[in-house]
Amino acid sequence: MAHITIDGREYDVDDTENLLAVALSKGFDLPYFCWHPELHSVGACRQCAVKSYRNDEDEKGMVVMACMTPCSDGGRFEIDDEEAAEMRAQVIEWLMTNHPHDCPVCEEGGECHLQDMTLMTGHTQRRYRGAKRTHTNQDLGPFINHEMNRCIACYRCVRYYRDYADGDDLRALGSHNNVYFGRERDGAFDNEFSGNLVEVCPTGVFTDKTLGAHYNRKWDMQNAPGICTHCSLGCNTSPGSRQGVLKRIQNRFHGEINHYFLCDRGRFGAGFVNRDDRPRQPLVRNADGVLEPRDMDAMRATMEEVLAATTGMIGVGSPRASLEDNYALRNLVGADFFTTGMSAHDQAASLAGKAALEAHAERIATLREVESCDAVLVLGEDVTQTAPRVALSLRQARRNRHLELAAQNKIPKWHARAVRDIGQYNNSPIFSATTQATRLDDIVIEPQRLRPDGIAELGFAIAHALDNTAPAVKQLDDDTQALVDSIAATLKGAKKPLIVAGTSLGDPAIVHAANNAMKALAAANAEARLFVTFAEANSLGLAMMDAPDIEQAFTAIENGTADTLVVMQNCLYERAPKARVDAVVKKAKNVIVMDHSLNRTVGEAATHVLPAGSFAEADGTLVNNEGRAQRFFQVFIPDAPMQEGWRWAADLADVAGRDPEWAGMDDIIDAIVADYPALAGIKDAAPSQSFRKFGMRFPRSPHRYAARTALYANVNVRERRPTVDADSPLSYSMEGYYGEGQPPSTLAFAWSPGWDSNQAAITRFQDEVGGHLKGGDPGTRLITPGTDTAFAPADVTRVDGWQAVPMYHIFGSESQSARAEAIAERMPEPVFRVNAEGAKTLGITPGNDLSLTIDGETHAFPLDVDPSLPDQTIAVPVGMHGVCGVRLPVGVEPK
Amino acid sequence: MIELSQTEIEHIQHEMTLYEDPGAATIEALKIVQEHRGWVSDEAMEAAAKVVGVTPTQMEAVATFYNLIFRQPVGRHVIMLCDSISCYLVGYEQVRDHLKTTLGIDFGGTTEDGRFTLLPICCLGDCDRGPAMRVGEVYHDQLTPERVDAILAEYP
Ligand code: SF4
Ligand code: SF4
Ligand code: FES
Ligand code: FES
Repeated sequence: MAHITIDGREYDVDDTENLLAVALSKGFDLPYFCWHPELHSVGACRQCAVKSYRNDEDEKGMVVMACMTPCSDGGRFEIDDEEAAEMRAQVIEWLMTNHPHDCPVCEEGGECHLQDMTLMTGHTQRRYRGAKRTHTNQDLGPFINHEMNRCIACYRCVRYYRDYADGDDLRALGSHNNVYFGRERDGAFDNEFSGNLVEVCPTGVFTDKTLGAHYNRKWDMQNAPGICTHCSLGCNTSPGSRQGVLKRIQNRFHGEINHYFLCDRGRFGAGFVNRDDRPRQPLVRNADGVLEPRDMDAMRATMEEVLAATTGMIGVGSPRASLEDNYALRNLVGADFFTTGMSAHDQAASLAGKAALEAHAERIATLREVESCDAVLVLGEDVTQTAPRVALSLRQARRNRHLELAAQNKIPKWHARAVRDIGQYNNSPIFSATTQATRLDDIVIEPQRLRPDGIAELGFAIAHALDNTAPAVKQLDDDTQALVDSIAATLKGAKKPLIVAGTSLGDPAIVHAANNAMKALAAANAEARLFVTFAEANSLGLAMMDAPDIEQAFTAIENGTADTLVVMQNCLYERAPKARVDAVVKKAKNVIVMDHSLNRTVGEAATHVLPAGSFAEADGTLVNNEGRAQRFFQVFIPDAPMQEGWRWAADLADVAGRDPEWAGMDDIIDAIVADYPALAGIKDAAPSQSFRKFGMRFPRSPHRYAARTALYANVNVRERRPTVDADSPLSYSMEGYYGEGQPPSTLAFAWSPGWDSNQAAITRFQDEVGGHLKGGDPGTRLITPGTDTAFAPADVTRVDGWQAVPMYHIFGSESQSARAEAIAERMPEPVFRVNAEGAKTLGITPGNDLSLTIDGETHAFPLDVDPSLPDQTIAVPVGMHGVCGVRLPVGVEPK
Repeated sequence: MIELSQTEIEHIQHEMTLYEDPGAATIEALKIVQEHRGWVSDEAMEAAAKVVGVTPTQMEAVATFYNLIFRQPVGRHVIMLCDSISCYLVGYEQVRDHLKTTLGIDFGGTTEDGRFTLLPICCLGDCDRGPAMRVGEVYHDQLTPERVDAILAEYP
């Protein structure tokens, strides 16, 4: 603690912080550029100048950089000081000498930190009349636009991309007045977190290309608090729209999850919402197999006939749809006829994951907490491809050693350059066992490449080494035993060890092994943490719905107990082999599908299609990988008849004569909670639809939202009355209560007076800069401690001979984002991978096709050699760019 | 994609052994390539990056920071004329103008016959004998237009 004075006001502050961070936390408007709450201080831009006084007698003081000034006890500082203010104005004036002043055509305009800082310093008149340096821009691929002339050389981009995300292909090029931030040549950034540059760069150098394709200003957006649906981590997003078009995804700060950063799949994967081929009308397949549109009355009549004639419905839910959508389907088909829509193996692995979380309910790491762990064991998961954002967190985890070394040498933690220099290559230990090389290998100690059974064995062996009452596995060879012992010793010696495992390899044994290791660790160290990743945005939520997997739905059709499949936002072909799905579909009399995308099920299997809203057109609750229920809100109202999946299911129930009478989200949530006491927490994930602050709703748009009347003047010159939201306390306009005291889960966008950029404006909503949201980070943790404390048996099914294992890719393996144009452009060509020995045995020259039969289906892709793969192991590309719906891992007989 | 010569590769690999972080040999690698090829082409830079084990962007950052790593072809002889303050005071401008007219090129230019490239450089540490310049590795000082003519004649 330190007692300091800023502008005559006295504060007790954290003495490990720098003055800039403290001043911002205390609500002062102090301009800055190079500092960032996650990148800390380098003192490069000289923008944060303040006056510092030595003691009470000191009348002269001296100008210092706030970001480089420790808050030591007795410190006296003036922000509101003539000399300091003059310096700040001068600094920005010279930063601006090369800036083109092209705000009117700049996509950063209106949410630009540089605009904000020029205003804040009072530098409103340009005096420089000289020539400006100009640059040639680069084509940086489908995600990011480049306009180097706007650069003020603050170095934030490189400090984020190189120092934080460990990216190798963005650097400061050139020198002095010609410094250039880019790559050595045109091309997409290689790092999976490149999109954050758009928000990190305080100017319009790096902007969102997908927004640029249909641009409008921030102040003209209609936003909503969103949850990313592209993996299980549940990063918080702020999707922005205008006139029913989804414009972009921006980061929405969550102090326990993504804080300031998203992955590129999450940021650029939402383009599927704007696709022309989405079903937007009710559709019925005619005798020629073509889907024909129907108006609502006709569709209702059709559905009446269908439901009256059916001998039984069976529901296929979806781990990527909300609890509400799934529950409404369950209500429609009946509790006994609802399935989760997960494949049997995915469900088994998800249930194992859920059990592991329950066993360690107190020890579940949040995404952000991952960053504070000082020794990590990753079992099986190639997280960069399956739960991308946590890869970025693990990169920070390894820097704990840097911070330790810094502390030993009395270097403050915010002194970014010094911490980096002293840290060098001294990383906190990260161990990882995966089937093949991963993008995290550069920070992993002796990366292990094993088949799923080998990974599970390694996990069990580590658990046994940690606690010899944990079941052992068969005799290990000396090298492996030595490795196991060293990993166990390292985890044991750590202050806060972390185990990461997941369901992506389709082997519950891996999760059981992680669970055992965790039990062994936790007995000795209460700080030990567990992080489990799941396949999809609501996999854990579905695992909590206690329903059978999709097999039951297939069997019901196959054995005739039901003749109607009702599918909620799911693609059957992603869950089972094509032949099986085809047979089921053929046998089923009706396949009623409520979905937002033209997936294979809609396109080929559905007899009836009801156009459901995507995340942008619906409200809902998702349960992320830590068991946190989070609400996402409708961004814009779709054109009728498109509506939320749960409303379609409720309408169908009404057609069947069982109207559930859900007027809005509150009603369906109450119904869920009544049926599932374990899900009671979802009610508190966000305020109810009737919640008001001072009698007001919370706006979806900033107060400068323009042209509300003009937008629809071609239809009617009278101003439209904004639609009243029956599902949430948000308004479809700029009206309402915004700011201090607003429940953080209702914050649709970040803005505060003087601060228009997303990453800076959010400060005013945080308890301290970069900390947590005032009023608590949104969401409710649902996992309650389980009673199972015994070790799981070390059961591993060994597979001999050739085995096919799944290979994921951040761009392609998740089906919704794969339908976004920008992501599709970055999807890799599908290949099968084997090691060199394998290629030789198979007698196939790399580049030539290998054809492989899995589950009776034959796939042919070029063979690629990956020396990291274990022997006799074929990595199979899973997802839209490769193979869907097959059970992996599986024994194969390649020819 | 081109490959570096065996000599270049060996030389670079040797430099890499001298540092704890082989990436620190980046600057030496660039110098070695330049020594063998006169300048560093995109292809040669990428090939060198591969040897050192850094990305082309990382190597480019180093290459473009140092103005004596040539990322464009240069003439057989590179003239580097000091434009810092001491030389400025004792006749730099005259020498500069003379060089430019004689060679028919501006700073950054290369004569059409590929004989000379003219570049400015900061203080060569020869201030007491200015104006000064370097041609390749050789220093020349107390320059006058006449001396410049004589010196140029030495470089075929
Ligand atoms: S590109 Fe942006 S972040 Fe990078 S130095 Fe320039 S202004 Fe700063
Ligand atoms: S890590 Fe997952 S939840 Fe987060 S932005 Fe990426 S895809 Fe979305
Ligand atoms: S923010 Fe303090 S010097 Fe840049
Ligand atoms: S100023 Fe020219 S050599 Fe020093």
